[in-house]
Amino acid sequence: GLFVWHLKNTGIRQIPCQFVHLCRVANDRLITFQYFNFLKRMYVTQYNKDLSQRAKPKSDSVASPFRELQQFDREKKVVHKIRPISPVHQPLSEMPSRNALRQMKSAAKTEDSVTPVRAESKDHRQWKEMKLRLDDMPGILARLSKIKLTALVVSTASAGFAMAPVPFDLTCFLLASLGTGLASCAANSINQFFEVPFDSNMNRTKNRPLVRGQISPLLAVCFAASCGVPGIALLTLGVNPLTGALGAFNIFLYTCCYTPMKRMSIANTWVGAVVGAIPPVMGWTAATGSLDAGALLLGGILYSWQFPHFNALSWGLREDYSRGGYCMMSVTHPGLCRRVALRHCLALIGLSVVAPVLDITTWTFPVISLPINLYISYLGFRFYRDADRSSSRKLFFCSLWHLPMLLLVMFTCKKSFLEKEDKGDLLGGNHGRAMEIRLP
Amino acid sequence: PPAHSRNDWIGPPDKHSNLRPVIFYVPPKESPLERRLREARQEAQACDQRFWARHNRAFCQEKEEFIYSRLKAKGLEMRDETGQKATLNAEEMADFYKDFLSKNFRKHMQYNRDWYKRNFTITFLMGQVALARALRWLRWKKKNVGN
Repeated sequence: GLFVWHLKNTGIRQIPCQFVHLCRVANDRLITFQYFNFLKRMYVTQYNKDLSQRAKPKSDSVASPFRELQQFDREKKVVHKIRPISPVHQPLSEMPSRNALRQMKSAAKTEDSVTPVRAESKDHRQWKEMKLRLDDMPGILARLSKIKLTALVVSTASAGFAMAPVPFDLTCFLLASLGTGLASCAANSINQFFEVPFDSNMNRTKNRPLVRGQISPLLAVCFAASCGVPGIALLTLGVNPLTGALGAFNIFLYTCCYTPMKRMSIANTWVGAVVGAIPPVMGWTAATGSLDAGALLLGGILYSWQFPHFNALSWGLREDYSRGGYCMMSVTHPGLCRRVALRHCLALIGLSVVAPVLDITTWTFPVISLPINLYISYLGFRFYRDADRSSSRKLFFCSLWHLPMLLLVMFTCKKSFLEKEDKGDLLGGNHGRAMEIRLP
Repeated sequence: PPAHSRNDWIGPPDKHSNLRPVIFYVPPKESPLERRLREARQEAQACDQRFWARHNRAFCQEKEEFIYSRLKAKGLEMRDETGQKATLNAEEMADFYKDFLSKNFRKHMQYNRDWYKRNFTITFLMGQVALARALRWLRWKKKNVGN
């Protein structure tokens, strides 16, 4: 069966986000479609990103130039309308501007990214009572725990689980996914708890619950604890201690290393890439109970993927990072930023070749994945050469579909462990027969 | 906020600091612990407001100066023929962003330390207040049940 949850935010009309939870691995085709839908909506609606997160939002700063462009179109059209009319029709000039606004609004509605901003901006200008509203709580907690990002983290962990060469165990899979999801919620909440004044000053993050006073810091910490403790306990006791340890370590790495480091040194990007690489490793260890080369390979793929993803995204946010005091490569070492992104795009090709060597996939995997890997490398190269907004955006949006597609292809090319067993039996059988022949 | 309200009120973001001001409710029978919490939050709010308002103003000002100097070096005016404000593209602004970040690095380090300290203290005080209130409520309940 397939579970589809619709999370609707009460009050503000937002695009319902759906995230699909895989139960039966055979339904991966459906997952791709849902995944894309989900990703598309995510990018079109407001959203938040940090390095460890897979998907980055279409930030306001990205949305607004687009809005301005639309406005220009409308304005130009309006100007042409006025000219042929004689000056007597002066009152019409007021109408077109309102029309332009209305047209812009309707255009904006189809461009979903703007609508939530508009609806919320009216909310923002009012004074709000800081009272605990229980019916808003689900929405608030969803935003506090960055639920969409958590969903993506859980799906990378599921990918790790699915790629492990062991028979599929449903309970283990569900426990591992739930535990990972809870751990991710906890980590994200603590991250927001630490960053309130900085989030207030950045366009992308100024609508977070703690910034808007919708929840108190104490409650945020309690929520984080009530997600993190059961999550890690579930992983340690319900799955295996190794997965639990990795989960706890990842929470620590994200909240106590990556978050403070964001303001201290550009090395935070590498730490964040590790944070993103750990969930698939956790999925693998949940299935097999040990850290094999396969786990590290999957982690390596996610690690490398983070760089084109994040570096491309951060290229458009340089002003906010600079003002907010965040030490990011795109601000301080732009050349390095682009080099690293390109380097890791190429590394993805290399890692795809290593997969069959480690017996995780068949040799069809590097062949089939070559086109998408080459494409992202090409965009990485364009970003490296052009270093402008359009190339960074192209690379970023490509990274969004590249990862799910790569994981999907990897899964379909997974080397069935039954194949390996048969081979082993055959050899054993042959030996037996050979022995029989030798004996007189 | 209305006079009968018994909660804190949070307002729209400040123009300069982008932080949302909070008006704190002072209950009639405020315990010393609750007063400490309220005062800590007020002080933190004031500190943050001061820092960010000044910082953002400095950013805008320095950005204007940078644009002006660059445009002058290129021989252009601040406003072009259509009366629109001339801007530099992102690549030219990148130098400014890098410069600004490195200039303010020490200031940010200091602020970070203070912010983390204040955040932890306030949250811890909130915990203490919540605990005290819960105990008070339990005692009141026991008394009522007894009666």
